[in-house]
Amino acid sequence: MRERLMYGFAAVCAAIVTWTLYKIFFELPAEVKNVGAYQIIYFHVPAAFTALTGFFVALGASVMYLTTGKLKYDAFAAAVTEVALAFATVNLVTGSIWGRYAWGIWWTWDARLTSMLTCWLIYAGYLVLRRSIEEPTQRAKLSAVLSIFGCVDVTFVYKAIEWFPTQHPAPVLSIRSGGGMGPGLEAPMYWNWLGFMCLAAVFVMVRTRQEDMSREIDSLRRMAHSY
Amino acid sequence: VGSWLRQTLTIAAKDLRAEMRTKEALNASFAFSLVILVLFSFAFDPTSDEFKNFSGGLLWMTYSFAGALALNRSFARELQNDCLDGLVAAPLPGGVLFAGKALANYALLLAVEIVSLGVFAIFYNVKVIPQLGPLFGVILLATWAMTVIGTMFSALTVNLRMREMMLPIMTYPFLIPALMAAMVLTTDLLNGMPIGQDMIWVKLLVLFDVTFTTLAVFTIDIVLVG
Repeated sequence: MRERLMYGFAAVCAAIVTWTLYKIFFELPAEVKNVGAYQIIYFHVPAAFTALTGFFVALGASVMYLTTGKLKYDAFAAAVTEVALAFATVNLVTGSIWGRYAWGIWWTWDARLTSMLTCWLIYAGYLVLRRSIEEPTQRAKLSAVLSIFGCVDVTFVYKAIEWFPTQHPAPVLSIRSGGGMGPGLEAPMYWNWLGFMCLAAVFVMVRTRQEDMSREIDSLRRMAHSY
Repeated sequence: VGSWLRQTLTIAAKDLRAEMRTKEALNASFAFSLVILVLFSFAFDPTSDEFKNFSGGLLWMTYSFAGALALNRSFARELQNDCLDGLVAAPLPGGVLFAGKALANYALLLAVEIVSLGVFAIFYNVKVIPQLGPLFGVILLATWAMTVIGTMFSALTVNLRMREMMLPIMTYPFLIPALMAAMVLTTDLLNGMPIGQDMIWVKLLVLFDVTFTTLAVFTIDIVLVG
């Protein structure tokens, strides 16, 4: 069942991303297409959305672990965080490339970039913390608390866009009352988000399976040592 | 509430008494802040006009580095003779233990910061007296942010092998929003600007303090007991 679901998500992701790639590269109006690296927004923004969604899902899984004590939720939280961190990296890298075209610099210390980088550092810290604890229950417990703290910071990141007027382009999405990007320009971005979410789901499934297996191997090893 | 407060103050007094006997963290923290202040003078020209633009940043970097040194020991010092087990087993809610430790750390950090502020004003020829009131307000708010995060993560990493390495990796990214606010506010105040124009940063600091204090009080039991 899990295998089928995984292949299903992969197929949906491939279909959506192929379709949006076609839209982005062949059907965008010429005045937009000729603006240097404009197309990057179709990857930059969905990557950020996917990363932020992932961090919130990880929060849910962490809370579930703390309330039920089942290690499968911890494995899920770890897998989702890793995948979300990968998408946050995509967001930062694509943003940096866009910044080079638009502003002539690879990086600027505006509040939004700094907030996303902060977020990235926090969740990188989460993964480092996980690696430094061997005992599974203690690891799960401390990671869950850190994930809750981290998620609060993600909220700060999201709100920071409204709080700090900076060099970063103002929100242009119609869902954020920015007035919209123009007819037909915004939809491929949301489709790409859906595609990225499917891709994230595939990665999470693979990572969760690996986490489950490593937990099983650990318990077998413990059992072998106890004899 | 009365007994909660009394227990909190008992834990804080215990920590402060232990610290005043050895003065380990206090001396180390202050000496470290002095070293950082001296080192910064080689990184740029302290007499240049540009110095005014990053004076707040300099001060808060000094505070955060020196603060981490003191906060790192907050729970680690209880490992000797299994004192931490004794504290956890004591008939106290985890929130009380956290609040007591945080209060003691807060007093410690404030003491180091106030002395360092004087040294900073002399070394870098900065006029702090005209804005002392608002500046002290900013120090109170941002230091509480540092204390809450530092104390919480000190508890979180207390039993880890790489405790000394893990704490800064985790603490500083969390502190970035609070430190950003503190740096902007302090720089503006040291440049003679009124605090009224930066109220958004003050609100950020207050929100940060309230949010993370609440979170820490509610999750400390999970971290210490499970």
